[in-house]
Amino acid sequence: MWKLIVRRTLITIPQIIILSILVFILAQAMPGDALTGLIDPNIDPATIEAMRERLGLNNPWYVQYFDWIKGVIQGDFGQSFRFKMPVSELIGDRMINTLWLSLATLILTYLIAIPLGIISGRFNDTWLDRMITGYTYIGFAAPLFIFALVMLFIFGFQLGWFPTSGSVAPGTEPGTFAYFISKLNHLLLPALSMALITTVSTVQYLRSEIIDTKQKDFIVTARAKGSSESRVYNRHVLRNSLLPIAAFFGYEITGLIGGTIFIENIFGYPGMGELFLSSISLRDYSVMTALVLLFGLAAIIGALLSDIILSLVDPRIRIK
Amino acid sequence: MSLIEVENLKVHFPVRGGIFQTVKDHVRAVDGVSFSIEQGQTYGLVGESGSGKTTTGRAIIGLNDITSGKVLFEGKDLSTINKKEYIDVRKDIQMIFQDPFSSLNPKKRVADIVAEPLRNYENLSAKEERIRVQELMELVGLSPEAIYKYPHEFSGGQRQRIGIARAIALNPKLIIADEPVSALDVSVQAQVLNFMREIQKELNLTYLFISHDLGIIRHMCDHIGIMYKGRYVEHGTSEEIFTNPQHIYTKRLIAAIPDSNPRNREMHYENRKLVKAEYDKLEKDFFDEEGLPFSLKSISATHQVALPERG
Amino acid sequence: MNDVLLNIKNLKTSFRIKDDYYAAVDDVSLTVRKNEVLAIVGESGSGKSAFAFSIMGLHTRAKIEGEIDYKGINLAKANANQMKKLRGNEMGMIFQDALSALNPLMVVGAQIDEAILLHNPKSSKSLRKKQVINLLNQVGIPRPEKTYDQYPHELSGGMRQRIVIAMAISNQPELLIADEPTTALDVTIQSQILDLIKELKETIHAGIILITHDLGVVAEMADRVAVMYAGQIVEIADVYTLMENPQHPYTRSLLNSIPTLNEVKEELHVIQGVVPSLQNLPRTGCRFAARIPWIEESAHEASPELHEISPGHYVRCTCYKDFYFPEQAEEERNYVAN
Repeated sequence: MWKLIVRRTLITIPQIIILSILVFILAQAMPGDALTGLIDPNIDPATIEAMRERLGLNNPWYVQYFDWIKGVIQGDFGQSFRFKMPVSELIGDRMINTLWLSLATLILTYLIAIPLGIISGRFNDTWLDRMITGYTYIGFAAPLFIFALVMLFIFGFQLGWFPTSGSVAPGTEPGTFAYFISKLNHLLLPALSMALITTVSTVQYLRSEIIDTKQKDFIVTARAKGSSESRVYNRHVLRNSLLPIAAFFGYEITGLIGGTIFIENIFGYPGMGELFLSSISLRDYSVMTALVLLFGLAAIIGALLSDIILSLVDPRIRIK
Repeated sequence: MSLIEVENLKVHFPVRGGIFQTVKDHVRAVDGVSFSIEQGQTYGLVGESGSGKTTTGRAIIGLNDITSGKVLFEGKDLSTINKKEYIDVRKDIQMIFQDPFSSLNPKKRVADIVAEPLRNYENLSAKEERIRVQELMELVGLSPEAIYKYPHEFSGGQRQRIGIARAIALNPKLIIADEPVSALDVSVQAQVLNFMREIQKELNLTYLFISHDLGIIRHMCDHIGIMYKGRYVEHGTSEEIFTNPQHIYTKRLIAAIPDSNPRNREMHYENRKLVKAEYDKLEKDFFDEEGLPFSLKSISATHQVALPERG
Repeated sequence: MNDVLLNIKNLKTSFRIKDDYYAAVDDVSLTVRKNEVLAIVGESGSGKSAFAFSIMGLHTRAKIEGEIDYKGINLAKANANQMKKLRGNEMGMIFQDALSALNPLMVVGAQIDEAILLHNPKSSKSLRKKQVINLLNQVGIPRPEKTYDQYPHELSGGMRQRIVIAMAISNQPELLIADEPTTALDVTIQSQILDLIKELKETIHAGIILITHDLGVVAEMADRVAVMYAGQIVEIADVYTLMENPQHPYTRSLLNSIPTLNEVKEELHVIQGVVPSLQNLPRTGCRFAARIPWIEESAHEASPELHEISPGHYVRCTCYKDFYFPEQAEEERNYVAN
């Protein structure tokens, strides 16, 4: 099995290299470069040319690529011309905010998906199941950004239960309990809004897995052994149905990336997604490139995690 | 001259392993098989799962790549001829598959399924094609009006007949039947087997009949080859194999078939024990160090057995 | 009749299709005795598996009517709790496809262990492990300790079927139902499994219901045979009578349609028509009449009953008296003409 994991991990290396080249080429293809906007337009073109030469901007693309990637590996993504600070520093705090948001969303996603999926799958075609599948259809149909706006309007503005923007109340001291509570409070509404929508695919997936497993022959065997219905479900149906769900975990991460871009903007939550949209509108290329690279990395790692989890939990793959 | 001659056929599948999925070993699915079939005869290929009987059939028809050896069909070597020639030969060799439920495309009408080989090889007008398909349907005992139905509207036996209609559409010379009745109920089995014999006489067909069911093999075949782990253990006429088996594996296979007379039950049970004891005792003599059968030695003009060199 | 283990009277198992119920098992009555192998023979669609599932109470959505008397308990009416105690304990079941009958994510030892634990909740883990190893030995698994920790996909087809058997006999059942136990196996493995079941029968003294379509298996294994067609028993007799002196047209046709090693037939008998689907079963008159159209209508009973034609030999409908094979009749005609 370890061979499988090593091989699978090795595959991510070319994936990452290809991703970085793609991201670099895209950045190059965009109009302007690191000097655009940084320099006073009244400066003499010859001086600019000298600066370009000094910064290596006239080198062939692959030399530039290696310069860039060398920096990236050391955590240097260049300068944000808009915020006038290193990109890595700019992203650092936001990344932590997004991580917290993603984690909260994941936890909520599973808290919602597992009980609903189980009820829906076990009691399929009852009115309870119809209500749950009804909810999933709404979830599939409702665009996340509209749903999030509605949530923000009702719970943030009308009822005033949650803060409507930011990631922490201004003036709270980092490290204190109040700071933690404030962070959580800011997280909850965006995470819930996202979870309520993204969870529907997991609910559906779990439901169909359970219905599928229920009809397997070994479930009949379990009954023929004298297992009670609850034991049949807990020991045989659930275990076997949760396996593909566990493997789906990595792909959930990929799904989160798209979600955070919308959610963070709507809730004014200072994370990577919010930064991404603003960097696009401000043409902050270095920030944009760094974020695309990071999102891509997260997706690659998510897929890797999925495969590793699957190989760990499924003996049919584990034993080879 | 025989219609088809298989000489020392080998089909090896690579086994990949390690971190870089390099070829580590080969599964010798078919490992040196030779036989020939005369025109109009039925040759039975018998073996248990994993014996390589199906792979042999598939290799002849080009569904598996031949690693080495010759397949001479009317004197032409199928393992070396070029693609264009091969297409002509493929017309003369057709296959009937085991599962009539999955071998017919459920989204196509019977007319299209049966006409498919005709469209590949013959340039018929729509009307000619319909007439030909209707003739074929009649030949396999199905109503010509049924050509616009879908496979799911037919029973298992009828579907297998549709499969046969497709196989005989181009007047082939050789039909490879891979467990053609295993998925069918006994009464339907009889129907398909009788029918296969009828059209054999009518169209002078040659069959390569692959099966694990020795009762059916005995009923259908003139010559029989018994396979084990990709090699032959015994080869002979039906009579020789069933009344005078020489290899311990063949003996065991035949002893394992249930006897339809309940009064022989005890005797048969004891016999099975004896054969098993003989097998266990002589296993080392009849198989090489890797547990594979030896090469065939002739014990009569038609009967060959895999015996060790010294014996 | 003290040794009667199971007494089934007028069992009717119906499935709902759209808004109507259709009986897959229709008015079946029979007894199973201790220490005997009763074979139920039939083709697909005969209702033989539905019958087995009815006894075990494994149908989840079927209407079961009639009486299945097991030691004074009517299994057709028993509640979930009663059934739970009997299943796997006094009644064991062996399935056709061992690979799908085993949980792919549990080692086989744990699956047998579960069968013991369910009926002996107080037994210790180490004792159970010993029992499982013993069982694995009993069903002829060569290295029980190693096999205990293996997953189903790591074992061969024959080994898997042995595991399923070990599970079924883990609590010394009094009734063992084997649903096509060897259909998915190679002949040599089949004979090993059949011999194993035979040997187990001697040691656990269970009554065995053997569901099969293979008349060779019947001849090897059964003491008594019930032939099912379209949900009904058409003939029931001891195995010698049934194989040597079959009476019902269906039994006779079936026996004539299989190629055997003992005699080489030029042509196999073909039963005309097809087995009707559940929704299209004829519910009145002789259900086999449509498959033997050359027999006159007057030969059949209006509502066919099982007739005891000799002690223990029952045949449904009166048509057996006038039945003949058309190809034989033709031969005779030719003979007379010449």
